[in-house]
Amino acid sequence: MSTPDTLKYTKDHEWVRLDGDTAVIGITDHAQSELGDITYVELPAEGKKVCSGEEIAVIESVKAASDILAPIAGTVSELNSTLDDEPEAINDSPYENGWICKLTDIDTAAVDALMSAADYEAFIAG
Amino acid sequence: MSKLIFEKSVSGRKGYSLPTLSDSEAACKLHIPEKYFATEVAELPEVSELDVVRHFTNLSLKNVSLDANFYPLGSCTMKYNPKVCERIAAMDGFSSLHPLLPQLRGGGMLTQGALEVLHDTEELLCEIVGMDAFTLQPMAGAHGELTGIMLIAAYHREKGNKKTKVLIPDSAHGTNPSSAAIGGYKVITVPSDANGCMDMEAFEEALDDEVAAIMLTSPNTLGLFNPDIHTLADKAHAVDALLYYDGANLNAILGKVRPGDLGFDVVHLNLHKTFATPHGGGGPGAGPVGVKKSLIPYMPTSQIVKRSDGTLTLEYEREKSIGYIAPFYGNFGIVLRAYIYIQLLGKDGLLRVSENAVINANYIQKKLQDKYDLPFSRKCLHECVFSATRQAKNGVTALDIAKALIDRGFHPPTIYFPLIVKEAMMIEPTETESKEDIDSFIDAMLEIAELAETDPESFHALPLTTPITRLDEKKAVKDKKFTA
Amino acid sequence: MPFIANTDEQRKEMLDAIGVSSSDELFADIPKDLLAGELNIPAGKSEMRVISDMQKLANRNANNLTCFLGGGFYDHFIPSAVDALSNRSEFYTAYTPYQPEASQGTLQAIFEYQSAICRLTGMEVANASLYDGGTALCEAALMAINITGRNRIVLDSGVNPIYRNMIYSYSKNLSIEFEEIEVKHGQSDRAKIEAALTDDTAAIIFQNPNFFGGVDDFSDVVEMAHAKGCLTIASVYPVSLGILKTPGSMGVDIVTGEGQSLGIPLSFGGPYLGFMATRMKHVRKMPGRLVGETEDTNGKRGYVLTLQAREQHIRRDKATSNICSNESLCAVRAIIYMSLLGKQGMHDLAHTCATKAEYAKTRLSKIKGVKVKKTTPTFNEFTLELPCDASIVVSKMIDKGFAAGFPLGRYYKGMDNFLLVAITEKRTREEIGMYAEALESVL
Repeated sequence: MSTPDTLKYTKDHEWVRLDGDTAVIGITDHAQSELGDITYVELPAEGKKVCSGEEIAVIESVKAASDILAPIAGTVSELNSTLDDEPEAINDSPYENGWICKLTDIDTAAVDALMSAADYEAFIAG
Repeated sequence: MSKLIFEKSVSGRKGYSLPTLSDSEAACKLHIPEKYFATEVAELPEVSELDVVRHFTNLSLKNVSLDANFYPLGSCTMKYNPKVCERIAAMDGFSSLHPLLPQLRGGGMLTQGALEVLHDTEELLCEIVGMDAFTLQPMAGAHGELTGIMLIAAYHREKGNKKTKVLIPDSAHGTNPSSAAIGGYKVITVPSDANGCMDMEAFEEALDDEVAAIMLTSPNTLGLFNPDIHTLADKAHAVDALLYYDGANLNAILGKVRPGDLGFDVVHLNLHKTFATPHGGGGPGAGPVGVKKSLIPYMPTSQIVKRSDGTLTLEYEREKSIGYIAPFYGNFGIVLRAYIYIQLLGKDGLLRVSENAVINANYIQKKLQDKYDLPFSRKCLHECVFSATRQAKNGVTALDIAKALIDRGFHPPTIYFPLIVKEAMMIEPTETESKEDIDSFIDAMLEIAELAETDPESFHALPLTTPITRLDEKKAVKDKKFTA
Repeated sequence: MPFIANTDEQRKEMLDAIGVSSSDELFADIPKDLLAGELNIPAGKSEMRVISDMQKLANRNANNLTCFLGGGFYDHFIPSAVDALSNRSEFYTAYTPYQPEASQGTLQAIFEYQSAICRLTGMEVANASLYDGGTALCEAALMAINITGRNRIVLDSGVNPIYRNMIYSYSKNLSIEFEEIEVKHGQSDRAKIEAALTDDTAAIIFQNPNFFGGVDDFSDVVEMAHAKGCLTIASVYPVSLGILKTPGSMGVDIVTGEGQSLGIPLSFGGPYLGFMATRMKHVRKMPGRLVGETEDTNGKRGYVLTLQAREQHIRRDKATSNICSNESLCAVRAIIYMSLLGKQGMHDLAHTCATKAEYAKTRLSKIKGVKVKKTTPTFNEFTLELPCDASIVVSKMIDKGFAAGFPLGRYYKGMDNFLLVAITEKRTREEIGMYAEALESVL
């Protein structure tokens, strides 16, 4: 199970990568493996303003569905539209091709406050 | 490969006969403008009656069914469905009765037999579960839940209560949170404690003035009865939150305890579970709702009432009613079967139901608990919930065990539910199964447990005896092929 | 004791194995003071006695009236093979096909049912069934609100008044706004509909044929609605689709209806069959179970319940609907019925019903004081204007042996003298003649 040091993590198994003043969001390797074969991703509307903890996407596998919550507040600025046709990208490449959406208008301090890779690993180890 | 009925079509072949039109009828031209007509005829199959009979007879043989196989599908109460119920439901006086007849002046007198079935069933159900009134209109359990939530909302609205939330334990069926949400409430999930019952501390923390109702299944989906139920009811009532009883598991306590006496304000029953009506491959069922006095004014349109001369009639105008939740009187044909079942069993028979259901379930629990993990090792009621975690360590999951059971001639238990038990296997034998059949199921489960240790690899190809092997469910989602 | 196999001796053996001396110990978690006393219900009866008692009750229902009553629920003939096949216990004593290897019979039958509904309605995807035509329409309204994110519904008054009442009940706790459009001369009022459709309208709901029996082509209404980004929902009578333009070809987005006419007995209101079909792009917002085709590990074709992540057992409070048990056996009856009738049969059936209705209209319009609006095209049901209160006429007709129709005054203001009359393939020319004579004699 990989947990890149360069990312920040949440207890809901999302990762956040800061790209200048944009935050890229996805789900962790651990989360994708728990969900199994991902078959569908319901993406948010572009331009949607979200609060921290608000539902921004839904990921479905054959027999489960999981809400993806915004790790921080912001505005949805870009969607990974390749997930429409290839939702399995999240299984194959959770940290790269499987990113879900980007947020702008963010408070970078809120990102810093999220878990580090080591903290997240400790969290899933329970 | 089994062909679809559409693939058996031969152009020009027919399987029907219609009455011939008389000359004077045939002479009538349709006064429908050309643009209202279909330009093409729907491509339905062109097959003979024998084609149809053979096709569906052969399809039926691909089902595992209660009449042919032990079917311990937990939470579904797959008890034997008496044949006499089918015979009576098919009587012309019931099956050909038009539902609008009572709305015609003088028509009500022509449906007195049917109205009596409904009225008596309402009274019997009131007595059996200790409620003050029943509506038979909900057409399934989930429909009953929604009706119950609508009644609760009407009650609070009338009293001016500001209620926004419904509390539901994490062991509940998915229909509970779904019904509460469709009824307009926010769902608060309450965790279970180490005994498998709702955690009282968490419950009290979640309980406030904004709670409209608490939805409970009793015994719960683990087959466990919450001994604190009365305390829980008192606490709920103290903030004018109503207690909702999900009757999915009534079979466990039928005749022994009445939900009404436990403090429940609203109940729904599943006639296709507790009252032996057939499950129909997924339905139709019936989900009657019973209420205490304070909720009677809100009951749905229409209500059956007895006139002073003893005849029955339907009342449509009730000011505070939640209105129509069904077009007529619910799934009459299903209610009728349940009524017949109650006539056959009577009070003693009903009591025997729960006793035998509980003995059968505990017997299975006892016989299997050495070989399968039991997450809550109390005596159960009508069903027992095992976890296949021990087998899963060898790579044999609850799903694999289910498939192995199919090969041995049994319908598998409910698996992966309740959600709070990993690798759950929920076994509900019901009262109608004999010790011999239960013993052979137990033997099969023990043999499977043994095999899970000696040859776990062999499970992945199972089942081997069915018309098809395991299906690619991911492909079904991706391909989206929903029609021929 | 009926339906319990185990003998006292076996029960004792089992209790010994469990390690308790009596079954009471198994109920020990239940506080003693909560145990019920003896139930106040009668003792059990023998099967023979129950049959004779129930026959007496059945006899107290009028099954000898000649039926001209419809209102969305029709007295069609049911071919014998429908009962013979659907009464196979392999179908009716199974449950939801969660284990596909053990349920290919039900799964394939439902897949065929979904296919037939799509072909009949001209739509792309149909679900495995809902409770009835009314709840199906309620579900469609909620689905449209869910898809569009809007909360206003325009409702044509030609929709079955009972269904309209159901929609109002279901939405009482949700913030949904309604506007009802009154039918004009028996048909949907285009000008009023156009004015009612706004940018915040989720859907317009109409019915074809409407409650008065009038048929219509709603293509123009669909266009008006789509221009406002609003969805269209049609409630339809499946038999009429044997000859009438399909909602699919009108461009309708969601189609629902009551499937009772497809081989299901009237049975005093249920069990019936709600069907729903929609466009592929909306499938993830569709309520109810859905069967899909796939392959097994050997590449053999098979069927499974699919897109389950929409449903309550997975999505819980965020599911598209709370429905779990549906009307599966009724859907099986419907596919058997549609297979027997087949392509030509569904057409001929529709044509027969419509032609007989046209004959009845002509015959009844000859009665002094009875008026039939000839300009409104109808299918198998039509409205008669009587010289007096229709509900009184109906009551007199009962004495003559007829369920004469539905008095519209019950649901529509100012229509006390109007009677809705339904004709199916079962009504003979002679019966129509006798009905006409009886009607003439009671006016």
